[in-house]
Amino acid sequence: MVAVTNKYLTLSGLEPLVITPETNFVNVGERTNVTGSRKFLRLIKEEKFDEALEVARDQVEGGAQILDVNMDEGMLDGVEAMTTFLNLIASEPDIARIPIMIDSSKWEIIEAGLKVVQGKSVVNSISLKEGEEEFIRQAKLIKRYGAATIIMAFDEDGQADTYQRRIDICKRSYDILVDKVKFPSEDIIFDPNIFPVATGMEEHRKNGVDFFKATKWIRENLPNVNVSGGVSNVSFSFRGNNIVREAMHSAFLYHAIQHGMTMGIVNPTMLEVYDSIPKDLLEHVEDVLLDRRDDATERLLDFAESVKGTKKENEEKILEWRSFELQDRITHALVKGLDTFIIEDVEEARVESAKPIEVIEGHLMTGMNVVGDLFGTGKMFLPQVVKSARVMKKAVAYLQPFIEAEKDGKQEFAGRILMATVKGDVHDIGKNIVGVVLGCNNYEILDLGVMVPPEKIIETAKKEQVDAIGLSGLITPSLDEMVYLANEMEKQEMNIPLLIGGATTSRAHTAVKIAPKYADVVHVNDASRAVTVVGNLLQKENKVYKEQIRAEYIKFREQFLSRGKRKEYISLQEARSKKFEIDWQNAQIVKPNKLGIQVIEELDLKVLEEFIDWSPFFRSWDLHGRYPDILTDEVVGKQATELFADAKVLLKRVLDEKLLKAKAIYGLFPANSLNDDDIEVRFEEQKYTFLTLRQQLKKRDGVPNIALADFMAPKETGIQDYMGCFCVTTGFGTDALAAKFEAEHDDYNSIMIKALADRLAEAYAEYLHRKVRTNDWGYASKENLSNEELIKENYNGIRPAPGYPACPDHLEKKTIWKLLQVQEKIGVALTESLAMWPAASVSGYYFANPASKYFGLGKITEDQLRDYAQRRKITIEEARKWLNPNLVDH
Amino acid sequence: MATIWQEIEKRILVLDGAMGTMLQQYKFTEEDFRGERFKDFHLPLQGNNDLLSITQPQAIKDIHAKYFEAGADIVETNTFSGTTIAMADYELEDLVYELNYQSAKIAKEVAQEFTAKEPHKPRFVAGSIGPTNRTASLSPDVNRPEYRAITFDELRIAYKQQVEALIDGGVDLLLVETIFDTLNAKAALFAIDEVKEERAIDIPIMVSGTITDASGRTLSGQTVEAFLVSISHIPLLSVGFNCALGADQLQPYLKRLSKETNFYTSAHPNAGLPNAFGDYDETPEEMQAFIKAYLEDDLVNIIGGCCGTNPEHIRLIAEVAATYKPRGHSELVSESH
Repeated sequence: MVAVTNKYLTLSGLEPLVITPETNFVNVGERTNVTGSRKFLRLIKEEKFDEALEVARDQVEGGAQILDVNMDEGMLDGVEAMTTFLNLIASEPDIARIPIMIDSSKWEIIEAGLKVVQGKSVVNSISLKEGEEEFIRQAKLIKRYGAATIIMAFDEDGQADTYQRRIDICKRSYDILVDKVKFPSEDIIFDPNIFPVATGMEEHRKNGVDFFKATKWIRENLPNVNVSGGVSNVSFSFRGNNIVREAMHSAFLYHAIQHGMTMGIVNPTMLEVYDSIPKDLLEHVEDVLLDRRDDATERLLDFAESVKGTKKENEEKILEWRSFELQDRITHALVKGLDTFIIEDVEEARVESAKPIEVIEGHLMTGMNVVGDLFGTGKMFLPQVVKSARVMKKAVAYLQPFIEAEKDGKQEFAGRILMATVKGDVHDIGKNIVGVVLGCNNYEILDLGVMVPPEKIIETAKKEQVDAIGLSGLITPSLDEMVYLANEMEKQEMNIPLLIGGATTSRAHTAVKIAPKYADVVHVNDASRAVTVVGNLLQKENKVYKEQIRAEYIKFREQFLSRGKRKEYISLQEARSKKFEIDWQNAQIVKPNKLGIQVIEELDLKVLEEFIDWSPFFRSWDLHGRYPDILTDEVVGKQATELFADAKVLLKRVLDEKLLKAKAIYGLFPANSLNDDDIEVRFEEQKYTFLTLRQQLKKRDGVPNIALADFMAPKETGIQDYMGCFCVTTGFGTDALAAKFEAEHDDYNSIMIKALADRLAEAYAEYLHRKVRTNDWGYASKENLSNEELIKENYNGIRPAPGYPACPDHLEKKTIWKLLQVQEKIGVALTESLAMWPAASVSGYYFANPASKYFGLGKITEDQLRDYAQRRKITIEEARKWLNPNLVDH
Repeated sequence: MATIWQEIEKRILVLDGAMGTMLQQYKFTEEDFRGERFKDFHLPLQGNNDLLSITQPQAIKDIHAKYFEAGADIVETNTFSGTTIAMADYELEDLVYELNYQSAKIAKEVAQEFTAKEPHKPRFVAGSIGPTNRTASLSPDVNRPEYRAITFDELRIAYKQQVEALIDGGVDLLLVETIFDTLNAKAALFAIDEVKEERAIDIPIMVSGTITDASGRTLSGQTVEAFLVSISHIPLLSVGFNCALGADQLQPYLKRLSKETNFYTSAHPNAGLPNAFGDYDETPEEMQAFIKAYLEDDLVNIIGGCCGTNPEHIRLIAEVAATYKPRGHSELVSESH
């Protein structure tokens, strides 16, 4: 009634999928298929559903737009397996996001699938194989269940294997569906059968061509339908020769899509980029696919032998740029981050120039300006810029002796910037990146490193007459350090801009807490913005810009302080009465197999590789997206892939040459909660107390106000409970390596090694947690038993870390250090702000109760602050200092 | 008699408001709920509102009449929980056919009285089909995500029984409403489609989903668009949203729905969000203003109220709805000769 829309195939999971003429080829994920994946079959047979779900998740994250699920295996109860697996998928929102393709040759399994998916799925498939009556019955039901369907080109006489049979069967199927069943034509997807080519059989020669022609006919004559197929079939006779198979898949797809194929089951890892297929190979493959020569098959078979296993490299093309003009070569080297020829080119430029300084100010800056422009317009990404900087630094280092010999030239910088990570903090990846990026833009960087006391920052700034100060920090106490430094700068009447950055910093904190102390402050949280901000601040006419920022922060502050919706908080007493309840009388408490403290002195880091969570690694390089999706991301995919390859190279070196040293210490102890919010741990006749903090935000009825202590049996129950704590590090060796890279003017790898060490530390924490769950504590050791209930226990328990949302109190690290003797035993130290050194370290607690879960503390009020100070036996002022970020604002 | 298909082309149709809110005013006791017939029943029955169609039919009729008087074109039968699944709590599964039949019958009687009085404004009865208290695509047990407390087939059979009784009792259309879980709704639509085929009848169907919170999704996790795609395989009179949100909060979702669908659209939001005591306190005037914004944006063909709304809300909604053209007709009117 309202408007006539076009008839497009629309499907849904938790989100819709509309396939329009503008849609690129729709990729169907094919690994959750027991007939196509031995691994998946094994997982289903062994009822390892968690791992089976991971297979599904990988497909979705890898870019599958529809998920094919197939349970056709003689040894499986197909109906049961399909129902169970689809039900499990329904509870995983990141998988259930996309529509399901219910794939089976048995109708009962298809119908079981249709009964458990809430979205609009695709049936794969039905056909006229069993005759018209059965076909109509099934189609009617599919319509009533609300699904689309694939129709195989199959009838009572068998599978269509010629052009004519394909189009006859599809036409007949279409007419029955549209006229008799009133099936919506847009919900029909034809599969006109992809068969192998180059089999040596004369009748298979036309398998490619017939498919293409049939596809074209179907799309032109049967309105609104889509065409699909399983692509890997086509290359069946080349099993074992992946180069030919990949080329064949992509050439087949290329032509099939040209002829109107819209979706299909394709393994993306078995696909070459059409344009990248070497011309000769492509010609041979297309001769076969398009049946262009009588001897096409033999020629491809011969040729296939020659390409077996050869690397697909084209070195001539790579070196083409060496024939460019000198400036273009230098620019190319800088933009591409290639340092192989830079000394050679810079030497050539030096000889040509009157003074060596002119090479920097001329050739190199010209190139760096191109880099700056590309970065500024989003055409280059951070890792590339850091690589460019590496080339630049090498070039400058080469020129330095010549410049000094001349003694009359000094590089003119756009400004001098002091960079430092504040006192008590050791995290410097972000600071280093900003330093490098500013360095690329011709700023001179004075980097004071990490844990820099405020006096030193101010003293250096004055002595060196810097134009701006950049402060960085990652842990929450660093925020107060920044406020303190700002206050000092004001007292000493300094008038240079202060730049604030780092993971816990924010525009809100800068505007509300720092700007009132020192007005000339800007929050800059990404490297790309740093260049613009510094550029504006260091202009002669910067008054307007500074005023703008100031006004913006004042406005922000006022809005922040007068924001209408104040959250409501309840008293600590009331919060305690609403604690998270566990039925202790019936709780399963497992006594750890090994009580006491264990140290792991040596660990082959190779075991950690599979535990690495890569997404934060990309984030540290300002590349945003989830791994592995990010590798194929439209915008940053190429860069992410390159960065990832570089990371893998360095990681391999680290692992092979054992460049980093990992250590761990952990302990499991008898423990109980005490006085609501404390946890008392007993070890060797001594008692240690962990203080936990309790949520105070007013919640809906029945929603608890949690503290970590709630996950422990209270002492008064008389039930013995247990907890653990740990510290792992992979940071020993990082600084030496980073320093070595820096000495080689290789900031790229210097930053890289730190980012990798961080990832390895997290991976170690993950690895150790699993070891503790299954072994030392052993509460999840039964996961190998077939009993499914026990398998579920696998992931029970949490490992919250002091300084993170569930327990933001950094002071608890001191208790852990005292209890485990962390520094004495494995050498990880705490700074005055309680950052861990080496930086690539993780510490935390272990809770095993199945009900324990991660949560955010949120804000707390004055009564809890007072109570906490009393329990901690410190003054309210000191308690306020540590808990400041978590106190309700007044 | 005029069909709803004709009326909906002419004007924005007004649906009634809440039944529960109105029943609260009667302050029925356990004895009232039981009536003569269930006076010795072995379980408490207070709170089983659907049962009142049998034990207190006059109250139900009066409420229907009040909504018609306020300007409603369509009233909903008092059968929101009229399935064997929802009645199992009271062990009244055997009563399901009668409950639906009687509810439909008394609503129809009231509608016919009003149509006879005002033939220019025919009144309709929609058979209310609630979501039941079980979900087919969510597990009630977090430790067993593959478990389901109800299957598609169990739902389909229960819904079919309800649908047959409602049709026998004389409803003009069916309203599958307050859909938390799309799979439940699909089972209801499956059942309706079966009944239509078996009886060779056509009956208009309204479908109304529920966006549970500000995430903008149904309880079972679907976006507005995905929900629409998932229920569009059966020809519908209308698709829309009701419950959980007030008119104001619902508007963005309604907008997205209205943009994507060729079916007529409906909305029957709550009277705002519940306050700390679980009461709804958006006034008729406030709600009218929000509904006016819908009309300004050309979003609806059918409009009414859900939790917390009363005849006064509906009167003001009807009043403002009468001054606008139905959704999709502002363009058609300007294009016609």
